[in-house]
Amino acid sequence: METAIEVRDLVVERGKRRVLHGFNCDIPRGSVTGLLGPSGSGKTTLMRAIVGVQIVKSGSVKVLGEPAGSKGLRHRVGYQTQAPSVYADLTVRENARYFAALYKGITAADADAAIEAVGLGGASNQLVNTLSGGQLARASLACALISRPEVLILDEPTVGQDPVLRDELWGQFRAAAAGGTTVLVSSHVMDEAGRCDRLLLIREGNLIADDSPAAIRTATNSEDLEAAFLHLIRTQQTLVAS
Amino acid sequence: MNPRILGSSIKRILSQLRHDRRTIGLLLVVPVILLTLLYFMFKDSPGTFQGIGLIMLGIFPFVIMFLLTSIAMLRERTSGTLERLLTTPMGKLDLLFAYGIAFGVAAAVQATVAGGVAYLFLDLNTKGSVGLVITIAIANAVLGVALGLFCSAFARSEFQAVQFMPVVVIPQLFLCGLFVARDQMVGWLQAISNVMPMTYAVEALQEVGKHAEATTTLWRDLGIVVGCVVLALTLAAATLRRRTA
Repeated sequence: METAIEVRDLVVERGKRRVLHGFNCDIPRGSVTGLLGPSGSGKTTLMRAIVGVQIVKSGSVKVLGEPAGSKGLRHRVGYQTQAPSVYADLTVRENARYFAALYKGITAADADAAIEAVGLGGASNQLVNTLSGGQLARASLACALISRPEVLILDEPTVGQDPVLRDELWGQFRAAAAGGTTVLVSSHVMDEAGRCDRLLLIREGNLIADDSPAAIRTATNSEDLEAAFLHLIRTQQTLVAS
Repeated sequence: MNPRILGSSIKRILSQLRHDRRTIGLLLVVPVILLTLLYFMFKDSPGTFQGIGLIMLGIFPFVIMFLLTSIAMLRERTSGTLERLLTTPMGKLDLLFAYGIAFGVAAAVQATVAGGVAYLFLDLNTKGSVGLVITIAIANAVLGVALGLFCSAFARSEFQAVQFMPVVVIPQLFLCGLFVARDQMVGWLQAISNVMPMTYAVEALQEVGKHAEATTTLWRDLGIVVGCVVLALTLAAATLRRRTA
């Protein structure tokens, strides 16, 4: 399988704390990969390194064969930050159209389509600072989808969304992947993990599993992924202890 | 720089301003009220108002645009929009010039309103043209924008950002020749005054007041202000890092 994102021996320190300790992973092209782990485990830092806005201490990150953050990648990678990074004093449509205008060949119609896709069609003329938390997150997601990037990095895009909408959003991630887009989605909610093709389980800056949900279930002999995650952590702790 | 990205960023910044009616109101009304206040303060010595009122037309845009820009840029940094922009094809200069031009446009409107009121209703008179006064006011506003973009890099919160205003603005106000003529200052104060851009903006305005035609001193002073804008923008560009810790 072709690799879209390749992380090698990545070490990142934020302040005096080491967040990633020689992290390695490969993310296959055209798949939905879930990055799961408790809050503070290094998910956001890894995503920031992949989009090339994180200062790294050592190691390498390659996206579509190019070093992360290089100029050629900026119109091929879409990024949704964890905090909704849209302009609060603009309407949803103005935000989307602005982000559309930054990419060559992306039109206002693409911006409107992205708003529809996240279910904000009815609120497109609303100022962002009047949206609910869930709507705000979707407005931010729309801005990441607009440029139809080859790699989509989404930092907790489904937090606080109602179940129906969450289902629709996952439908869209799946559809994007079916169209060849590589989607990396972080979450700390285990019940979303089953929807991914592949899972990266991360804890305290270390990768503790990298496999398909089914394989992780089988290997840990557990029905649900929450239990599987616990099992993996305990095994690791026993290994460290002995 | 990319014209499409620059243009849409200017439009975006102006739209943000347009949605904030109260800020627009304050932007247009406050200088007029303050000028009117000065006019009545110096009702008995109109000569004094002629000097101070003229200088104020240059100082207001500088102070106000400095504040607006440092807060706007701080918001870009803290809300994550800057981080997102830096993962798109946008260049740093696109963003910096967009702020310079957008707030420059706002300053032009502000200076026209304030200047119009001063000339029509407050008996302000200059030998030189109103157009030159407004040009200098816009140059000053853009200087305020450039310094605001730079200073925002050193503030972590809005509380800190507003406190850069007295640091950057007040010494320039004290030493620009408004309170004490520059040639009456002791040598070391004059030396400090010589390296402050506001000094030259004020001198340029005084030249418009005294001479019917644009003088060499005026063009030199305006050149210095523009040079300081370029310097401040370069420094601001250096503080915009794609990668952060």
